[in-house]
Amino acid sequence: MIGWKDIPPGMVILEAGSASKIKTGSWRAAYRPKWIEENCIQCLLCWLFCPDNSVKVKDGKRGEFDYDYCKGCGICALECPGKKGNKAIVMEEEVK
Amino acid sequence: MATPLNLKELSKQEVRFTAGHRMCAGCAAPIVVKMVLLAACDYSVVVASSTGCLEVSSCISTYTAWKVPWIHNAFENAAATLSGVETMYKALKKRGKIDKDIKFIAICGDGGTYDIGFQSLSGAMERGHDMLYICYDNGAYMNTGIQRSSATPTFADTTTCPAGAVIPGKPQQRKDLTRIMAAHGLPYVAQASPSHWPDLMKKVRKAIEIQGPKFINIFTPCNRGWRSRNDDAILLSRLAVETCFWPLYEVEDGVTRITVKPKDKKPLIEFLKAQGRFKHLFEPGKEKMIEHLQEMIDKNWESLLKEEEMTLPKEEGNK
Repeated sequence: MIGWKDIPPGMVILEAGSASKIKTGSWRAAYRPKWIEENCIQCLLCWLFCPDNSVKVKDGKRGEFDYDYCKGCGICALECPGKKGNKAIVMEEEVK
Repeated sequence: MATPLNLKELSKQEVRFTAGHRMCAGCAAPIVVKMVLLAACDYSVVVASSTGCLEVSSCISTYTAWKVPWIHNAFENAAATLSGVETMYKALKKRGKIDKDIKFIAICGDGGTYDIGFQSLSGAMERGHDMLYICYDNGAYMNTGIQRSSATPTFADTTTCPAGAVIPGKPQQRKDLTRIMAAHGLPYVAQASPSHWPDLMKKVRKAIEIQGPKFINIFTPCNRGWRSRNDDAILLSRLAVETCFWPLYEVEDGVTRITVKPKDKKPLIEFLKAQGRFKHLFEPGKEKMIEHLQEMIDKNWESLLKEEEMTLPKEEGNK
């Protein structure tokens, strides 16, 4: 915990993106998304539509979910086009 | 060379808005911010936000989700603040103290744009500052507890216009800010939706490359305020476009272009029924109200089509 003396004058925040220290994954209440790789067509819509940057992508290829930040909203699962009617993202019950 | 607007290439770019922000689960505002910053990925940008959901949740205490220089001042003056920053930049550049090319973007909610920040926005646009003002329109003051704003649609239930025996939700018409901004005679004004992301990104990129004042209004579902599901932000924005509740168009130097024309215009009821804020319209005896809303949407859509026909040059072929 930082005190008032540690805060720069004018409430300037000098460290860009410092919010990433806050792990919002603890917000997930009931459900978490699960990625099923064999149904994934690599459209990357989940990456684009995730409000919490919780879909990891490397070199243009989709990777695992980042459960440290995922709030479990389910937009990725709803928007996932899947392959032949099978979703590549499903919501499953949260394990505590 | 400009980064192509496809997801494979864009995913290699840094997202300059980090996770760890405290927007609600399923909020569309961070999605909109991400799309805007990705569309602007080839540029150094300075962003200003007025007070609102995005501002309070992206910058709490000493934690900021922004990876670009970002400034918040007050509720009413994001446009004025940013026009000052832009003028300072020009002055420093003239004196040779800055050589970098910087673009200026304001990202503010509908409360800080349609209502409280309107005079500063109108002023900054009229003075012609080289900036892009983006409004993420979620149709009420969500951050303080879903109070009505002038962007709230007719008959929507909010805490300050609760639907009940006295009023059927907001009795007044929604202010059409995009048209008001177009009436300022700006070089570029547009309306976009995150569901149609290539269209949104193209508009942001086009706007950023035009010199002078630009305005883009972006539809931004709010599941808390709209009493809808956590996962339907994109679904609802798609329905808003397909029902013509939120037409996607741009006004460039007085020429109106509808950028996405729905193949089959869906009935408005499909958009309304997915949201709890319109639940009271589905009680028996309220059918007239939905009809009234549908008429309003049809009228707006017709006049937009006519406007396009009137302003679009012949060679573009009035598709």
